[in-house]
Amino acid sequence: MIKATVYVTIKESVLDPQGATVQGALHSLGFNEVESVRIGKYMEIELDTDNRAEAEERLKVMCEKLLANTVVENYRFELEG
Amino acid sequence: MKFAVLVFPGSNCDIDCFKAVEETIGEPVDYVWHTATDLSAYDCILVPGGFSYGDYLRCGAISQFAPVMAEVAKAAEQGKYILGICNGFQILTEARLLPGALLRNGSMKFRCHDVVLTVTNNKTPFTLDYAEGEEIIIPIAHGEGNYYCDEATLEQMKANDQIVFQYGDNPNGSLHDIAGISNERGNVVGMMPHPERAVNELLGSTDGKKMFTSILKAWRDQHDAANTR
Repeated sequence: MIKATVYVTIKESVLDPQGATVQGALHSLGFNEVESVRIGKYMEIELDTDNRAEAEERLKVMCEKLLANTVVENYRFELEG
Repeated sequence: MKFAVLVFPGSNCDIDCFKAVEETIGEPVDYVWHTATDLSAYDCILVPGGFSYGDYLRCGAISQFAPVMAEVAKAAEQGKYILGICNGFQILTEARLLPGALLRNGSMKFRCHDVVLTVTNNKTPFTLDYAEGEEIIIPIAHGEGNYYCDEATLEQMKANDQIVFQYGDNPNGSLHDIAGISNERGNVVGMMPHPERAVNELLGSTDGKKMFTSILKAWRDQHDAANTR
């Protein structure tokens, strides 16, 4: 069993209204040191395989096809186990 | 001319689209379930609004892999008319049948009201009956209609006349005030505003009617040309 952790983040060039709103909320709570907030997605995926190379290959396809929209998002993942 | 209105789990403007076709042009129209694997009988495919698959992951992300979408891609390739409205627009961008993506509204609010649109390109099969630059009133209802694409794509779209509708007063932060676009060939159009909700005085506007009359006219022109060849 391999556990994959996938992070999907909004590209630098793309505005993140959610992050900007949360930043404003943090400021109004007095956390004035907050310079920027970017919000992304975190996914835990369990894979029924022990073949790391294959898992990596297939995760890349999953990210490209479905988990991230590469027009506006970047992705990276870590494997455990 | 035969219309298909696609229905995904979570579509909620399918009935509006169906009725709009019936009421504006009275051509035959069918509901087609997302599992369908043959769209060959249809000349125009409407991808309606709603929250297909609960908008899980991203709006349109899961719908793009519904069995019917392979057929939509085939129909686009064949030059058939395809119109994606609201969630339908999001699905068509996720499926890469249209460029760019729809992000969360700049205001973070779900915006639900009438907007003034400018018909930027009246040469598409969906906008023939409008005048170029005509201002029309069509309602919007979305939380994620903030159109985005990279600069190179925007320049390419401008050069190819792919920007079909633009907002007068930008409600969502869309790049270049974009409300609707087409593919390069012009046979696939996506838009956030709902023309199917503006086809009767009782609905507050009839400005959406011409989209449907335009499609019929485009189809007839194409067929008359084919018949006299």
